[in-house]
Amino acid sequence: MPFMPVKFTLQKRVKLAQALWMLYWLSVIVGIFIFSLGIFFKIELRKRSEVMDNNESHLVPNLLILVGLLACGVNTFGGKVCHDSLDPMKFTKWKPMLKPYLLLCCGFNALLLLAALLCFLMQFAVYLTLAEGLKNSIKFYKDTDTPGRCFMKRTLDTTQIEFRCCGNNNFRDWFEVQWISNRYLDMSNDAVKDRVLSNVEGKYLMDSVPFSCCNPGSPRPCIQHHLTNNSAHYDYDHRIEELNIWSRGCHEALFSYFSGMMTSIGVLIVATIALETADMAGLKYLTTALDTMEDPENPECESEGWLLEKSVKETFSLQLAKLKMLGKSNQVEEGGNSQGTT
Amino acid sequence: MAVLRVKFTKTKRDKLAQVLWILNWISVVTGAILFSLGLFLKVELNKREELMADRNIQYVPNMLIAVGLIACAINFLGGKICYDCVDSTKFLRWKLIMLPYITCCFFFTFCVLVGALMCYSMRGELEESLRLGLTEAMGFYKDTDTPGRCFLKRTVDMLQIEFQCCGNNGYRDWFQIQWVSSRYLDMSQKEVVDRLRSNVEGKYLVDGVPFSCCNTDSPRPCIQHQITNNSAHFSYEHQREMLNLWMKGCRQALLEYFTHIMQSIGLTVLIIWLFELSVLTGVRFLQTSLENVLRQGDPESDSDGWLLENSLMETARINLNIIKSLGKCNQIDTGSNGDPNIDVPSSSKACYGPDNVPLKQSPEAS
Repeated sequence: MPFMPVKFTLQKRVKLAQALWMLYWLSVIVGIFIFSLGIFFKIELRKRSEVMDNNESHLVPNLLILVGLLACGVNTFGGKVCHDSLDPMKFTKWKPMLKPYLLLCCGFNALLLLAALLCFLMQFAVYLTLAEGLKNSIKFYKDTDTPGRCFMKRTLDTTQIEFRCCGNNNFRDWFEVQWISNRYLDMSNDAVKDRVLSNVEGKYLMDSVPFSCCNPGSPRPCIQHHLTNNSAHYDYDHRIEELNIWSRGCHEALFSYFSGMMTSIGVLIVATIALETADMAGLKYLTTALDTMEDPENPECESEGWLLEKSVKETFSLQLAKLKMLGKSNQVEEGGNSQGTT
Repeated sequence: MAVLRVKFTKTKRDKLAQVLWILNWISVVTGAILFSLGLFLKVELNKREELMADRNIQYVPNMLIAVGLIACAINFLGGKICYDCVDSTKFLRWKLIMLPYITCCFFFTFCVLVGALMCYSMRGELEESLRLGLTEAMGFYKDTDTPGRCFLKRTVDMLQIEFQCCGNNGYRDWFQIQWVSSRYLDMSQKEVVDRLRSNVEGKYLVDGVPFSCCNTDSPRPCIQHQITNNSAHFSYEHQREMLNLWMKGCRQALLEYFTHIMQSIGLTVLIIWLFELSVLTGVRFLQTSLENVLRQGDPESDSDGWLLENSLMETARINLNIIKSLGKCNQIDTGSNGDPNIDVPSSSKACYGPDNVPLKQSPEAS
């Protein structure tokens, strides 16, 4: 009793072959799209690798690139098979390759599933990498004379301007680090000396933020120094002032950007899994319909197509029995060998 | 003595018609490209319209959009004509339209050329418009409470950040205007009052710039206040400090940006113009060769194709005579005293159509 049988006339077979051919070409385009998304994601990770401490994992974009290329190859082959399927001469060429091809498609679907899962799970890794990386970036902001870190200031400034954020979790992160290099501090000044001595680690801490935290939408010129001191500025209350500097932290801003990207890519891959499954089902129907033609010489005859030759349970138990046979055949051979040697 | 006479066999004519059909379709695509280039330029100019004074610069993108649409239509018609030209019976349908169509195309290519040249000539007006617009925008920077101008501060800040520029010609422009609103000035402080009194117009002028002028490449935290006062900052010399603020003026930055866009657009339009001209030449050859075939009567025979039947001077002379006689048409009518019943023999030639057609003898009035 075949699983989900469908009767096919010649017209139906031709229509199925044409529709399947177009579906395969659509899948090739989707494969190219996934490949380009993988490259785009890789480039974005590279661009922001400095704020992630150069520690970010490129597993997801590499997997996407691989999956995209595989999709193109697999679906082009499928399209070619469909194109040749209505010509019996050409189709006999492809017949022996169909079973391994369908198994390959199953494996490819499993890979797609893994890629989709990774897209959703790796967001945690990105979250942690960002937290660590931003903390270090803020710490190394002032080290514009240290080789290897001299562009950290520029990267962090452009990131804060571009993503409209300030600090790691919020702007108060800047109060806890010394972000002005000692090169620009007048150590002979008493005020400077007092400030440096006022904390255990001897850091010059201020309640100020860099200019890149400033919000251009603020109606008043940016207040970046003495932020918590209401009397230092006219008509200023730091508790109700919301438009002066960006209130969002860069951790949250960057994470929402990357997680949005990864979620959309994950959704696209789930859609691709559905598309590939439809391709596989269609191809199975087409090939079984062509195989079960009662009279191969007469193209007008009716035939039946199915997904599985027997019902799901029977197929499953058959496969299990086959696997067991494989195991048993080894044992029989050993017994035979031992008999043979004696 | 025809200009550029070429012999055409039947197969050559057919091939020419097919090639021209394809080229006309490509021209439809280039017309669409022209249209989208005009649209892009219009969008870019509109994005920055707050920073530009009212000047007549919208005519360039409008011209490009119009030319693009007309190019699509003309080349679509041309494609249809060339498709039908392979079959000489279908050509009869288009025979009368072809010469006016070619004349229209010829004048249209002039419009395309004018469009390309306008792209290059827009620069002067754009510069003037930007100069006035930026001065105004900077003057209204502090007016974030005035309706209609409250977003100018954000626009100017975003402009300076995005284009990496400061002020109109340089950062010193900010020293000459009051960019801190009086709402945020403490009038009870002596220092503030002194500063206000120190100049004729009562403006609060400082040697400071907004934060958006800060250069992100600077190794030290941005110095935006007391810029010209070396002693206010440790280890600072404002004459030698190049990386602290953006050095370029915003007018120059915007002008470079728009000039770059317009040069690219102008170059593309010139290439499209050359392409249109070559398609037009092909269509003219096709038209003359098909008409000569019809004149000879045998659709399979060879025929000549040319650009102009007579030399350039003669063609100009003939056309001038036609235009003169068009004028004379009116004069002859007044000779009969405006009486429509008097039949006057017509001495004017046909105003268009193939040459060498014998004049028709008009019947005598009965």
